[in-house]
Amino acid sequence: MAVLKTEELTYIYSEGSPFQKTALDHVNLEINEGEIIGIIGHTGSGKSTLIQHFNGLLKPSGGRILLDGRDIWADKSDIREVRFQVGLVFQYPEYQIFEETVYNDIAFGCRNMGLSESEIKSRVAETAVDIGLSEDLLESSPFELSGGQKRRVAIAGVMAMRPKVLILDEPTAGLDPVGRDRIFQHIVKYHEKTHNTVLIVSHSMEDMARIANKILVMNRSKVFCYDETEKVFARAEEITQIGLDVPQITKVFAELKKHGLDFGKEVYTVDYARELLLKHLRERGIFNA
Amino acid sequence: MLKDITIGQYFPSDSLIHRLDPRFKIVITFIFIVMLFTGRSLVSLGIGAIYTFTAVFVSKIPLKMFVRSIKPLMPFLIITAFINILFANGGDVVFKWRFIKITSDGINVSVFMIIRIILLLMGTSLLTYTTSPITLTDAVERLLSPLKKLKFPVHELAMMMSIALRFIPLLIEETDRIISAQKARGAEIDSGNIVNRARNLIPVLIPLFISAFRRADELATAMECRCYCGGEGRTRLRQLKSAPRDYIALAVTVLFLSVIISVNIIFQ
Amino acid sequence: MEKIIEIKNLHFRYENGKKEVLKGIDLDIGKGEFIAILGHNGSGKSTLAKHLNAILVPTEGSVTVDGIDTADDSKLFELRQRAGMVFQNPDNQIVSSVVEEDVAFALENLGVPYEEMRKRVDESLKAVNMYDYRLHSPNLLSGGQKQRVAIAGIIAMRPKCIIMDEPTAMLDPQGRREVFSAVRKMNREHGITIVLITHYMDEASRCDRVAVMDKGRIILDDVPSKVFSQVDMLKKIGLDVPQVTELCHGLRKSGIEISEEIISEEECVEALLKLFSEGGK
Repeated sequence: MAVLKTEELTYIYSEGSPFQKTALDHVNLEINEGEIIGIIGHTGSGKSTLIQHFNGLLKPSGGRILLDGRDIWADKSDIREVRFQVGLVFQYPEYQIFEETVYNDIAFGCRNMGLSESEIKSRVAETAVDIGLSEDLLESSPFELSGGQKRRVAIAGVMAMRPKVLILDEPTAGLDPVGRDRIFQHIVKYHEKTHNTVLIVSHSMEDMARIANKILVMNRSKVFCYDETEKVFARAEEITQIGLDVPQITKVFAELKKHGLDFGKEVYTVDYARELLLKHLRERGIFNA
Repeated sequence: MLKDITIGQYFPSDSLIHRLDPRFKIVITFIFIVMLFTGRSLVSLGIGAIYTFTAVFVSKIPLKMFVRSIKPLMPFLIITAFINILFANGGDVVFKWRFIKITSDGINVSVFMIIRIILLLMGTSLLTYTTSPITLTDAVERLLSPLKKLKFPVHELAMMMSIALRFIPLLIEETDRIISAQKARGAEIDSGNIVNRARNLIPVLIPLFISAFRRADELATAMECRCYCGGEGRTRLRQLKSAPRDYIALAVTVLFLSVIISVNIIFQ
Repeated sequence: MEKIIEIKNLHFRYENGKKEVLKGIDLDIGKGEFIAILGHNGSGKSTLAKHLNAILVPTEGSVTVDGIDTADDSKLFELRQRAGMVFQNPDNQIVSSVVEEDVAFALENLGVPYEEMRKRVDESLKAVNMYDYRLHSPNLLSGGQKQRVAIAGIIAMRPKCIIMDEPTAMLDPQGRREVFSAVRKMNREHGITIVLITHYMDEASRCDRVAVMDKGRIILDDVPSKVFSQVDMLKKIGLDVPQVTELCHGLRKSGIEISEEIISEEECVEALLKLFSEGGK
């Protein structure tokens, strides 16, 4: 069932002024419960505007957003409730940290929800484990942590609110490979545990290829394509044409195809590529082991 | 949204006023202010108005921009006018009710004052409308440069102003972003009573300060790496050159000032 | 090759810091080289970069850039002219609200006369393809454009060497491409030595030489194809290798004969085609 749905969603910045710009142009999407969706697009393609509509930070200029089949703007006073159900982690979220202890910062959202202190305590403890922060860090100042740890504290703050839909805007921007892998690993674990819907905005097709089961490509304020990961990579050439990167491995296999080596499958992860090559090498008797 | 505020409110164009040397524009604006305050009669104010409206016309900036800049100050203007009406004595009594007494002098004074303030606002707005903030800073630095001999930190002040101009829009954008991020965590930024509101600002202000300090620190390092060491021996890419038109504009302004002074003497 | 940067037994610890951040670095960089210093966060790579133009000075050992000892305070400005530095955050290194004035900033500080300054500013802006934006406000530019303005501000000083401290970490893929190609152009066409600090292996793989840092030491230093052939070692210290390198490495592990020095798509396609055609014989 669709947990989030947009109908002809349109958003125009600075409407009526000379700087008017359409950021979303009649977007129709259905996001099902339990999916991990990668959102990809250029800077300015509308992806950030889109996710800020999902939790009611921006109000559509036209069209509707349905959460569990209900228009989120039907009753304006409910919008805060929408924000509890659709959690949004901004880009560089560590810059929003302000509390004196890690515990308090993670608890901030829960406190705003009006939860009891005992409930908050158990949620913070659980989320800290989920995101890989050891318990002894909870009482330290968030400002003394490393960049990657701060980032995880900020993500935990939204996760602890237990939103039905968790949206992360470039959660690994600026992190090194270790920090990046750790964050993705914890997001995947969180998803496996809660089966909540997760939306990740990213610039990296390689990362999304590993994690997402569906990919949404935004281009010039419109949905360019939205489908299962494999089917999206079947359109690798079109995606390259709009100036987005596809994984290096996908490009290699596209090139091999041009040279007459067609394996009939979409390849977008290294592990799969290796398996596929080994299988074909065996079949052709080039390699036997 | 905070973003919609335009700092300095500069309207790029290519009018004669835009092209004037900013140093002259500042000096001329000062003379203009003196001119308005020397005028003691409606006639001299009329001359001041002719000067102002001609300048506005030449600048090609729509009159409605000036209306927009005066509008927020209207309540203040009205209150001052009332106070003047109520407390000025002399002339014929036009209206009297209990202790309230309105005299013709009171009306004259307040009308005079409102016109003067409006002209003042128009003239000074014209300076910022036609001069980019950075040019303005530069001109102030050069006009004040004689003060350097008195150890007045002219260059440092100008550098601070220009860095502020560069970073204010960034910090405004950042504030917007932090507000959105905290709202996403359920914070109520813009509701509740005053005490609550002040408390609600903490989640916005702390991250904002931390970020501002980080930026300042990084910028200082970057400036040092580009060999910055104060104003001593600096040369400038921006060259301010005065042209005949600047002297003409100055002469015209001085002429208006002397006319107003003469009018004062004649109508004394 | 003539050396431009000589680092000898460099040790560094922050004042009242317990841990040594750099633990004995020896590195020579030749004139005109394009070297990447690759490492994860906390490996000491940024600390090393800060030594190259005297933002930090060694606790022990020495750093010499173009014959100038970085510990020599009297030659600080000369050093910083010869070795310019570009930082990670494009916003926090642009001083002026007008692009061309920012590019001129260093020249203004150095007291370069107007005519010469005008010429150099225009040349630098053209070199990074930002001349058309010279009168714009930096606030309206994209990250990649801002970073190119920062680069123009450095090359206006006519440096012999540019040190770039993760210049693309905050940019989107398009910005990263723009900046990388601008930097490469500086190296190829103007012969400026480039030291690129990065954790992106795709950028490192396109440099002439890669030095890998871990825990305050340089653990690998070679041409990219040799460095990236150490797949297991790089993965162990938390770095990526190009997907094609990883693929070939995996194939080799399964017993297939394929070169371990493959770092580009073209090389990989060629090797795989060869592999399959040989089998067809």
